[in-house]
Amino acid sequence: MTTTTSATGTARSPDLRPAPANTIGTWFNDGWITTRRNLIKIKRVPDILVFTTLQPIMFVLLFSQVYAGSIDIPGSSYTEFIMAGIFAQTVVFGSTYSGSAMAQDLKEGIIDRFRTLPMSPSAVLIGRTNGDLFINALSFVVMIATGLVVGWRVRSSLLEAIAGVALLLLFAYAFSWVMAFLGMSVRSPEVINNVSFLVLFPLTFISNAFVPSENLPTPLRIFAEWNPVSALVLAARQLFGNVPDGYDAGDSWPLQNPVLTVLIGVVVLLVVFVPLAIRKFRTISSR
Amino acid sequence: MAFIEATDLIKTYHPKGAPVVRALDGLSLEVPRGTVLGLLGPNGAGKTTTAKVLTTLITPDSGSAAIGGIDVLREPDRIRRMIGASGQYAAVDENLTGFENLDMIGRLYHLGAKRSRARATELIDLFDLTEAGNRPVKGFSGGMRRRIDLAGALVIDPPVLFLDEPTTGLDPRSRLGLWDVITGLVNEGTTVLLTTQYLEEADRLADDIVVIDEGRVIARGTADELKSQVGGQRIVISLVSADDRERATRILSRVGTTATDVSADGRTLSTTVADGPAALQQVLADIRAEGIALHDAGMQRPTLDDVFLTITGRTTSHDDAKEAAA
Repeated sequence: MTTTTSATGTARSPDLRPAPANTIGTWFNDGWITTRRNLIKIKRVPDILVFTTLQPIMFVLLFSQVYAGSIDIPGSSYTEFIMAGIFAQTVVFGSTYSGSAMAQDLKEGIIDRFRTLPMSPSAVLIGRTNGDLFINALSFVVMIATGLVVGWRVRSSLLEAIAGVALLLLFAYAFSWVMAFLGMSVRSPEVINNVSFLVLFPLTFISNAFVPSENLPTPLRIFAEWNPVSALVLAARQLFGNVPDGYDAGDSWPLQNPVLTVLIGVVVLLVVFVPLAIRKFRTISSR
Repeated sequence: MAFIEATDLIKTYHPKGAPVVRALDGLSLEVPRGTVLGLLGPNGAGKTTTAKVLTTLITPDSGSAAIGGIDVLREPDRIRRMIGASGQYAAVDENLTGFENLDMIGRLYHLGAKRSRARATELIDLFDLTEAGNRPVKGFSGGMRRRIDLAGALVIDPPVLFLDEPTTGLDPRSRLGLWDVITGLVNEGTTVLLTTQYLEEADRLADDIVVIDEGRVIARGTADELKSQVGGQRIVISLVSADDRERATRILSRVGTTATDVSADGRTLSTTVADGPAALQQVLADIRAEGIALHDAGMQRPTLDDVFLTITGRTTSHDDAKEAAA
């Protein structure tokens, strides 16, 4: 029995024999190789690149130039007010690529190919969410540059501003795992795209991202105060020092402790969805 | 002990609002080392499901499977280090070049950067993929993609190869090209499980054939054995006038081993014969002697449909009919 397996359990050429076991080293290797695959895709499919760079520029310009004259934010300028909102909206939408991309890979049979290889079962998901992280970081650079041009300024310290960027990217990264799980469950890239648009668009608009939620009708105001996007936006606003003087953020616990809320949210999302997504990945196959 | 062994595999699917699908219904098969098993059956017979169980992609509800004595269900990771899979379900990344795809697969087998690159280059040459080597797969024909896909399955020169409908959807020229490649691999001693809808493909590539239907094995044997079970070749003649059909039927029945089939319009007649060429000569001579005018006359090799019709009494298109009725 032993002789049978040692003679047959490996490639015939000793040069092409796969490593005998999965280690931390192969885990890093697999994560990097799948990340590289997604980076190459960003380079090869220009519409993703165009969308991720032009769309944030468009939003910054539209909001700062079209609405700034009409919307009065006491104690601040509208441009300073909305930048945190645009940051949050952009990175949340940036995380949805993981959903449609996992559904697409499943449909095309690439997931099946990966699953017949002796790679770490988390690698494809790590590579995928890293791809989103890269896209979001890229969007961030563009948004910050555009924001500075139209008059946005960081009123806190450099360190706090870096913490603000890190918090937004971290939240988006955790959200990518949720979307990756949903992408594998729903299996249709089109459905994932349409549904995430239908859910996330209202979610980012019924929040404090673009207008102070105190002016909203009561049901919407209550929704906005408990909306996780509001906590995310307020946390970013605080870290960039863009909270207007005398601004009433809201009485809800998340809005009284926005940074803590986001950090708790990140931990909860990762603790729940990383294992869920990996478990799902181990059993999925095209059909 | 056979190299690939599957015993009593059962796999059911429970689609919402639809009856339970028994994709595998007690399927067993064996592939001796260094041989090719052709898994033959119509769409939905359970071919791909069988291949997916053996390549660790899905877990059966019950039953067991082993390759080289290693349990597929208990030690999937060891299985993955010794198999190559290609076909309908194991695709390549469209946005990567042929080289990048093969290099990526090598690295995910943990061959390291240097060996992965060297092997990718080697396979590109071997499979005549130079053109596809440095351009994204997206722009290439079906035949070229299948070759890249097949090359992807061979990165570690695996002792076991799973080919799931390797030529479905390809034009005849690409199909012949791919058959040559697969024949080459088989000659080097690779153990292969090949699923196909084409008897001709199984005939050409496989040592043994297992015919499956509705998740069960309904026949097994060599291509010749199956064909003789079907009754060898068929002779088909087309009459200019349907008025001649009775005389022509008498002529065919003299050589036929089964009753003569007459088409609805009464002009196409066929029968199964033991010795094709001799029977055809006799039929043509008799037809001429009787002065019957023909449009066409010839021999037909048995198809999967004939095998199916003989074994199950129905054609392979029954699935489509069932779906249309549902």
